[in-house]
Amino acid sequence: MMLRATDLGWHTRGRAIVKGVTLQVARGEVLGLIGPNGSGKSTLLRLLSGLLKPSSGRVELAGHPLSRLSRRDIARILAFVAQQADTSDRITVRDAVELGRTPWLDALRPWSAEDDHHVATALATVEMQGFETRDWITLSGGERQRVHIARALAQCPQVLLLDEPTNHLDIHHQLAILRLIARLGLTTVVALHDLNQAMGCDRLAVMQGGRLIALGTPAAILTPDLLHRVFAVRATELTDPEDGSRVLRFHHVT
Amino acid sequence: MSLTLTGIPARRGGLALRAAGIVLILVAAPLAGICIGETRIPVGTVAQVLANRLWDAGYPVDPIDEGIIWAYRLTRALVAGACGAGLAICGVILQSLLRNALADPYLLGISAGASTGAVLVAVAGLGAAFLPMSAGALIGALLAFALVTMLARLAGGGAGARGAGQIVLAGIAGSQLFNALTSFIIARSANAEQARGIMFWLLGNLSGVRWDDVRLALPAALLAVAVGLWHVRALDAFTFGAESAASLGVPVRRVQAVLILAAAMATAVMVSIVGSIGFVGLVVPHAARFLVGVRHARLVPAAALIGMVFLIAADILSRVMVPGQVLPIGVVTALVGAPVFALILIRRRSAP
Repeated sequence: MMLRATDLGWHTRGRAIVKGVTLQVARGEVLGLIGPNGSGKSTLLRLLSGLLKPSSGRVELAGHPLSRLSRRDIARILAFVAQQADTSDRITVRDAVELGRTPWLDALRPWSAEDDHHVATALATVEMQGFETRDWITLSGGERQRVHIARALAQCPQVLLLDEPTNHLDIHHQLAILRLIARLGLTTVVALHDLNQAMGCDRLAVMQGGRLIALGTPAAILTPDLLHRVFAVRATELTDPEDGSRVLRFHHVT
Repeated sequence: MSLTLTGIPARRGGLALRAAGIVLILVAAPLAGICIGETRIPVGTVAQVLANRLWDAGYPVDPIDEGIIWAYRLTRALVAGACGAGLAICGVILQSLLRNALADPYLLGISAGASTGAVLVAVAGLGAAFLPMSAGALIGALLAFALVTMLARLAGGGAGARGAGQIVLAGIAGSQLFNALTSFIIARSANAEQARGIMFWLLGNLSGVRWDDVRLALPAALLAVAVGLWHVRALDAFTFGAESAASLGVPVRRVQAVLILAAAMATAVMVSIVGSIGFVGLVVPHAARFLVGVRHARLVPAAALIGMVFLIAADILSRVMVPGQVLPIGVVTALVGAPVFALILIRRRSAP
């Protein structure tokens, strides 16, 4: 197991935001995290990445307890792409991606050709070659998101956590980002809003009120009954004539 | 790929040239500070005096010239340079950690807090026996920083345009409070002559700087620059905020504590020697970014150098601007700094 959470909980100001979450993510698996707004998806991702200290329970990363690893050790295994990370600094695309090499560098190990190679590979993976010298502020939302992913990939991680990476993107870029995540072959936990997009994940974890209430394959999870209970919608299923895949349509519950 | 292939040799070739340039600036700036003044002193005389003092070269020099150069102008130039470099590094550190283009030890009230601490030690005699003025200033500086950042956070500050406004407002509140405390202490405990001296010192003043002050200012500036250089990658990692820095493997709390402590220490030492000199920490980092970009590996040394040159130049101006009179250096830096501050405010509005 690359990532294992046991009875994970986090509370602030006397309010429990995440309660008793236990889950495991296997090597190379893509786990989708879904749930209504405020269900604790982002907090769970921050707990899994070690950015928040759990109030109860524990996280294991590649067999090591997260609490015993240094920030640098964690960053060499796990990369996190937050939902909103922006800057007003005049940095270039290349500057932003080079930040991903931070956990591998120190005073004794300066920047080398190997680092250049990882940055170039990361940029190529997200199809942003040729953008190296572009200013960050001139990028579109989709381009920024791809640069953030490139920065995460430059960390050479084994585990990738993404918090709603398709938010605020047009449909073309949403699909491009999802296809990219699927192609990477990394152990991935991705919070998603669009349930039809969530169907592309290997497994889905459903959060509600801070609890993990369902965990399984998309076909087993996205049932009309669960969607009604968790998202308060009535869902009907259609079949896409192009490839025979399931499509969900949502209706207001009356 | 062509970028990486051509990039590396170019970087190496430029290194020697850049080092030579840095050494040239390090020598030329204080030298200018020594030569230029109400009485101009030729470079040759300066060189002879320095050679006499450093190597016992034994050149025949006018003892008055020697006194002016060694005891007056050289100490002044060295302290000015150290203050400029130290305050500029403080600005770089604060702007990077707070993600705020307007962060500066003076605007955030850190200088005011340091003044209060220094005055408390100097005038009220609070522990003057064991506590040097700079230690009092350090405590005041840290207290002011804690107070102002807490106030800014309570007021909903953070990264972004609104947060930038909040921290400057909090800084105004902090400065006012600490300046009032300083005035209160002076009014209560100082006699008229002491009070006049302190008010002049508070404006930022390099008169009366001696070798003792050099021995304090130079190490403080070097330490601040060294801490800044050691943390260039960590400072870069804050580009997208503290959480992003943590996810890049930076031990955020520890790095913040070390850097803030270094910045407060440099500010406190400089304030205890020359009073609060405004806008250096604000203007210099912006000028440095304009010249060498935002990456801290270049920004930290560039800001230190530009800060040094800026304050030595300001000191020269303060001595020659009004004939027969020396202006407080804080007046000169504010005359340059306030318009630049206004310019940054206006440009931030047009930024997306």
